[in-house]
Amino acid sequence: MSRQLKFNIFRFNPEDPSSEPHTDTFMLEETPSLTLFIALNKIREEQDPSLMFDFACRMAICGSCGMVINGRPGLACKTLTVELPEEITLMPLPVFKLVGDLSVDTGTWFRATNTKIESWIHTDQEFDPEAIEERMENDLANSIFELERCIECGCCVASCGTANMREDFVGAFALNRISRFIMDPRDKRTDPEYFDVVGTDQGIFGCMGLLACEDVCPREIPLQDQLGILRRKMAFQGLKNIFKPKEKGRHRRF
Amino acid sequence: MEHETFYTDLLCVGAGLAGERVAIAAASAGFDAILLSLVPARRSHSCAAEGGMQAALGNCAMGEGDSPDVHFADTVKGSDWGCDQECARIFADTAPVAVREAANWGMPWNRVVAGKAKYWKGGEEFEAEEKKDKHGLITARAFGGTAKWRTCYTADGTGHTLLYTLDNKVTQLGVRVHDRVEAVSLIHDGENCTGCVARDLKTGKLRVYLAKATLIATGGYGRLYSETTNTVINDGGGHIIALDTGLVPFGNPEAVQFHPTGVVPTNILVTEGCRGDGGTLLDVDEKRFMNIYEPAKAELASRDVVSRWMMYHIAQGKGVPSPYGDHLWLDIRHLGAKHITTKLREVYDLCRHFLGVNPINQLIPVRPAQHYSMGGVRTNSNGAAYGLKGLFSCGESACWDMHGFNRLGGNSLAETIVAGRHVGLKVVEFLEGAEVILKSSLADQGVAAMAKRIDRLVNRTDGTENVYAIKDAMQLVMMEKVGIFRNGTDLQAAVDTLREIYVKAKKIGLRSSGIGANPELALALKMPGMVRLAICVAYGALMRTESRGCHARDDYQARNDRDWLNRTLAYWRDLDADLPDLQYEPSTKVMYMPPGDRGYGKTEIIPMDAPKED
Ligand SMILES: Cc1cc2nc3c(=O)[nH]c(=O)nc-3n(C[C@H](O)[C@H](O)[C@H](O)COP(=O)(O)OP(=O)(O)OC[C@H]3O[C@@H](n4cnc5c(N)ncnc54)[C@H](O)[C@@H]3O)c2cc1C
Ligand code: SF4
Ligand code: SF4
Ligand code: FES
Repeated sequence: MSRQLKFNIFRFNPEDPSSEPHTDTFMLEETPSLTLFIALNKIREEQDPSLMFDFACRMAICGSCGMVINGRPGLACKTLTVELPEEITLMPLPVFKLVGDLSVDTGTWFRATNTKIESWIHTDQEFDPEAIEERMENDLANSIFELERCIECGCCVASCGTANMREDFVGAFALNRISRFIMDPRDKRTDPEYFDVVGTDQGIFGCMGLLACEDVCPREIPLQDQLGILRRKMAFQGLKNIFKPKEKGRHRRF
Repeated sequence: MEHETFYTDLLCVGAGLAGERVAIAAASAGFDAILLSLVPARRSHSCAAEGGMQAALGNCAMGEGDSPDVHFADTVKGSDWGCDQECARIFADTAPVAVREAANWGMPWNRVVAGKAKYWKGGEEFEAEEKKDKHGLITARAFGGTAKWRTCYTADGTGHTLLYTLDNKVTQLGVRVHDRVEAVSLIHDGENCTGCVARDLKTGKLRVYLAKATLIATGGYGRLYSETTNTVINDGGGHIIALDTGLVPFGNPEAVQFHPTGVVPTNILVTEGCRGDGGTLLDVDEKRFMNIYEPAKAELASRDVVSRWMMYHIAQGKGVPSPYGDHLWLDIRHLGAKHITTKLREVYDLCRHFLGVNPINQLIPVRPAQHYSMGGVRTNSNGAAYGLKGLFSCGESACWDMHGFNRLGGNSLAETIVAGRHVGLKVVEFLEGAEVILKSSLADQGVAAMAKRIDRLVNRTDGTENVYAIKDAMQLVMMEKVGIFRNGTDLQAAVDTLREIYVKAKKIGLRSSGIGANPELALALKMPGMVRLAICVAYGALMRTESRGCHARDDYQARNDRDWLNRTLAYWRDLDADLPDLQYEPSTKVMYMPPGDRGYGKTEIIPMDAPKED
C-alpha cells in the first residue's frame, strides 16, 4: 500500500488584497521515486493552479527551489518523499522577500550581496587575445572549484540566526565566496582590502559560529572550515590594523 | 495602460552565458545594457552543463596536434554538412581566445599535470605522458565525435562555474539584471526592432523596454517534448516572440538533438564525460553493444548515432524492462571510486540523490531524451536576425548556424561565449552607428494588446480549455511522433494532431485568479506560441524527405545532398493560420569543406551532382 501524503503548504499572495497568510492542505498518493519537485507540480496541475513555487534545473544545480521542509531549509528537487514522514509541511525560506506561497526573491538579495562583497577578480591585467594562458596548478584549480560549487540557494542564509536578526549580514555564502577569491592568485586584492569587505559585523565578525549553515548546505561546502580560516585571517589583519592603522577612523570595531 | 518603461542601448532577453557575454561586450564598450531573465541569472539553464566546452588548445597529451582546422572539420562533419561553414570557421578560430579570456576573468579550468597519467577509453585503461612544457596550461577531456581531446572543463561543473564567472563580470560592470521578467512580445514597426513588452513575474505587471538593439538569448525549446534533459524554463519563449513578428524566420526547427544518457525516470542528464572517460553502455544481458554497431568509435560516436543505436537495440528486445519503460545501462564502475567521486562527482551525487543508485558499484538506468535545439532564430554570421533591423540572437536560441543537424558535445557551451564574443562586437558596431528613434506609441499598442489577452484569459472569454492538459497533449505528440526515428505517416499524424491542439490552445481559460506571480497565467500566455513552435518542428520534419544528422527518417534513409543541402526557414506570417510558410536557403554560402562521409554513422548519401529522378 502506498502512503497517502498530507502536504501543509504556506499560502499568501502579496499582490492579492483579499489574500491572508494561511496554510492549505493537499493530499497526494506517494509513487516510486517521488520528489517534492514532482509532487508540487502534480498538486499545481491537478489541484490548485495558483500554487507558487520555483524550480528550474530540477537536478540540484541551479539553487531555485530552496524552501523550509518540515522545519529545515533544503532543496525541494533533491528531496525524496520516502525520506519524510507522511505529513509534510512546506514554508518559504525566511530572510528573503516573499513573492508568493513558497516562492521567494533570492535573485535581488544575492545580486546585492555579490555587489557589496565585490564578487569578481580584481586585476589590472588586460586580456591579451594573442597570448597563451597563465599557468596554474591543477590542485589549485580544483580547490577554487570546491568553493565555487555554491549554488546560491539561500539555505545557509535562511538557517542562520544572525542573518535572520540582521538584515545587513552577508551570510555564510558570501564569506565562502570571499575565501574563494583570497585563494585565487588572479585576484590582486590584499588582506587589508578583503578586511574592508568582510572584517566587520556585517561580515565574519557577525557570525556566531553556530554552524547551522554547514548542516543545511545541499552542496556540502565545508563552510565551517572556511569560516574558521577567514575568522583567523581577518582577526590577524584586524590586529595589524590596530598597530598600523591604514586609515584613521576605520575598523573601529576591533 | 499605465506601465513602467526602461530605456537602454542593448536589451538582452536572456541572461544565460550567451546573453551575458554579449552584455559584457556592450558594457565594456561603454554602452548601457539590461539583461532579462525568467529566473535569477545564475539559475539559467547554462548552469546545468556539466561536461565542458571545446576549444583547440592542444595542451593535453591526447590533444596534441589539435588546431582550429581540425576543430572546424569535426564541427562540419558533426553537423552532417548542415551548418553554415563561415560561422563554423569563425567559431573554431575564436574558441581558444574565449577560453583564455574566461580564465582571465577567474574561470578555474582544470590544468595539465606533467607526467604519466592513466585514462580510460571504451572500457580500456591506457597511459599517456603529459608534457612538462604544458604543465599548468588548460587541459581537455574527450567528448563524442572529435578527432582530438578538446573539451576544456572544470570538474563536472563547467557550465555552473563559467556562468558564475561571467555573472561576476556583469556585476563588476554594473550591468542591470532584471530577473523574473519575461519578454512577451517584441516592439517593432515592420522594419526596426526597438525592444519588448515584458511581464514582471514577481507582480504580474506589464512593463516596457525600449532599446536600440535587442538580443534574443533565451536558450532552447526542449520543453516542447515530454522527455527532455532541459530545465523546466526552456520553453522557447524567445522563439515565440521572434516568430510572432511574422518577419523573422525560425531556422531548421526540425533539427532537434536527443541525448543518449538521460536517467530513467527523471531525464536528468548524465554527462557525456562519463563515456568520454571510459564509461560503457550495456544491455539487458549486461553486454556492450556499441562496439558491435560502431567498431571504430563505439560509445564515443556522435550523439545522434549513439541515441539511434540505443533505440534500435531496445527495439531488438535488448532493453531492460522497468515500470517506466525499457532502458539500457550506463556502466562507470570500472573507473573506480576516486575517479567517480572527484572527476565525475556531479554524476555520483545525482545518482545517489535522485535514483538511489551508487554508480561505484551499481549500473545507471539510461535512455535517450530530447537534449538540444539546433534550430532557432535565424541570423547572419554577425548574429543579426533575418527580417528586422536591430534584432540579434545568439547562443542556443539562435540558428547562427554552426551546428547544422547535429551539434557536438562541448560545442554549445563554447558557442555561447564564442559567438557571444563575436556577436557582441558586431552589436557594438551596430550601436555605434545606430540612429534609432525609440517610439513609445508602438510600445503602448503592444502593452494594450497584451493586457487584452490577459483579460480574456482571466475572464475565460475564449473558452475554458485547461492549459496543463494542452501542454501534456502537445509534449506527448512531439515525443511519440517527432522523436528520434521519424517517418512520413507519424509526422503527418503529428501535424494534424498539433493543429487540433492549436485550436484548443486559443480557447484557454484560467481556473485561478491570475493575480500576481500566477504560474497558470504565465503558461497560458505562451501556450499558443509553444504549439506554433511544435507545429514548425513537426511540419519542417515532415517536409524534409531525407535523413541528416539528428533528423532520421525511416522512409528516407539517405542524406540527400542533391535536394536537401539547405536550411528550413519557417515563417508564421498570420496568427490565424495553423501552418507555417516554409522556405529554404542553401546550408552554406562558402564551402570550405564539400559534403563527404562523416566516418561514423550511416553512410548512404545522394551526392550533390546525382542526376534527378523523376
Ligand atoms: C543537462 C545539460 C547538460 C549540458 N552539458 C553541456 C556540456 O557539457 N557542454 C556543452 O557544450 N553544452 C552542454 N549543454 C548545452 C548548453 O548548456 C546550452 O546549450 C547552453 O548553456 C545554452 O546557453 P544560452 O545562454 O544560449 O541559454 P540559457 O543558458 O538556456 O539561458 C537562457 C536565458 O534566457 C532566459 N529567458 C528565456 N525565455 C525568456 C523570456 N521570454 N524572457 C526573458 N528571459 C527569458 C532564461 O531565464 C535564461 O536566463 C548541456 C545542456 C543540458 C540540458
Ligand atoms: S556559523 Fe555563522 S554564518 Fe553559519 S549559521 Fe552560524 S552565524 Fe550564520
Ligand atoms: S553555501 Fe551552500 S547553502 Fe549556502 S547558498 Fe551556497 S550552496 Fe546554498
Ligand atoms: S530546481 Fe534547481 S536546485 Fe532545485
